[in-house]
Amino acid sequence: MSTPAITAVELRGPAVQTSAPRVAPRRRGLPYKVISWAVPLLLLGVWELLARAGVIAPNVLPAPSSVGTTAWRLTETGELPTHLWESLKRAAIGLAIGGSLGLVLGTLTGFSRLGEAIVDRNIQIVRAIPFLAILPLVMVWFGVGESGRYFLVALGTLFPIYLNTVLGIRQVDPKLLEMGRVIGLPRLRLVRTVILPGALPSVLLGVRLALTNAWLALVIAETVGAPAGIGYMATNAREFLQTDVIVLVIVLYALIGLTTDLIARALERRLLAWHPNYTGGTK
Amino acid sequence: MSTAVEAPAVVARSVTRRYGDRTVLHELDLQIRRGEFVALIGKSGCGKTTLLRTLAGIDPVDGGDLTVPPSSTVVFQEHRLLPWWRVWRNVAINLPRSTARARAQSALEEVGLGDHAEAWPVTLSGGEAQRVALARALVREPELLLLDEPFAALDALTRIRMHGLVRDLISRHRPAVLLVTHDVDEAILLADRVLTMRDGRIAADHRVTAAARSRGDAAFVALRAELLAELGVVER
Repeated sequence: MSTPAITAVELRGPAVQTSAPRVAPRRRGLPYKVISWAVPLLLLGVWELLARAGVIAPNVLPAPSSVGTTAWRLTETGELPTHLWESLKRAAIGLAIGGSLGLVLGTLTGFSRLGEAIVDRNIQIVRAIPFLAILPLVMVWFGVGESGRYFLVALGTLFPIYLNTVLGIRQVDPKLLEMGRVIGLPRLRLVRTVILPGALPSVLLGVRLALTNAWLALVIAETVGAPAGIGYMATNAREFLQTDVIVLVIVLYALIGLTTDLIARALERRLLAWHPNYTGGTK
Repeated sequence: MSTAVEAPAVVARSVTRRYGDRTVLHELDLQIRRGEFVALIGKSGCGKTTLLRTLAGIDPVDGGDLTVPPSSTVVFQEHRLLPWWRVWRNVAINLPRSTARARAQSALEEVGLGDHAEAWPVTLSGGEAQRVALARALVREPELLLLDEPFAALDALTRIRMHGLVRDLISRHRPAVLLVTHDVDEAILLADRVLTMRDGRIAADHRVTAAARSRGDAAFVALRAELLAELGVVER
């Protein structure tokens, strides 16, 4: 459908010189929503029909319904929740390590020239290494233990958060900083009230990118010698040609990605209530 | 110079400021008395904004002596409100915590925005945002108020209303004021003295009489023509 309905709420608030130009409103009208969901559902139906008619062999691509049955079976045996929990735990721990490192190093680089001189080039060099190229080294270092998997996830989440933190701090409006100085804010207060809130939109974007990377790192980490986790489930299923389990794992990765993105967006809406591009006019 | 009341708020003697090899302020002399409203006009690039920034302590001095009161604030052309803080917190920024909320509220009421305390800055109009910026400056009870073209970005009608408001507020708080502006009419209507600036120096100093403050008066027309002539503008 063409233009979504623009509500009065979204149009409120006149242009202020210092604020960014407004993007198109996020809320969509009903027809758009219905169609955007109907098409994937329709494709799912076609897939189901083709699989049942025998056009697609079950060992190539099982019907959605049989993937659903498998999911139910594995949930009942407790296998799926166990593996899912393992994966979520790895992602969370890895993200916590990589994210906080990225935030601290990014803040260091963003604030001081000396910090930048010490930190930045190292980060840029390590960042230039393709992620997968490190994998053999990680296995030599950590063996098949958990720490190697945490390391991979941390490595994947460090860079986006680092880069976006630096960028966010650099992009803080110098006019607001000048105002803070004229008002007589002490340096630490200036950081807390002007610089960090100003960098927050960029940092949160970094968190979202880091979440994507975390799952990517996890897929790699779990398909190589993990004793549990949904990646292990998929690798195991491959041995026994259980295509339904493999598809289930792929769907799970997608669902997890969607869920974390929703959470990250909710966080943005909550923390950036003041920002014209994230809100439908909060007052 | 015997009593504190007569002591000037701002004294600049031979103040010089250079950017590279370009001299922006050239041995400039200036005095502003306590409670006096001084307007500064001049062509773009004549150094008037640099002078204001020097008085505000944002820009350093390369030569000469400069005395300013310990408490001074600036209202800029842009409101410069923190978009992540509600209006009242913007006004209360850096005030002692215990009284901050109450003082911000009364300052907002003074500029006619008492019911906007909980609003986000982004929801304000240009004129409202500038009034908040004014409240943020005055709530500190500064001895020197520096206005850097604060009405330049407003529409003509809002600007007229702002002139009235500023005149009221200043007659109540009595800070020394330096207004930098491009608008000759604005300078005459608001200030006690109008200075013109050329080549990094104060070129002329005009006292504004009470009669000159009404647009219809002959004194207003005469002073306006004189100031425009000093700025090299010929009206046809």
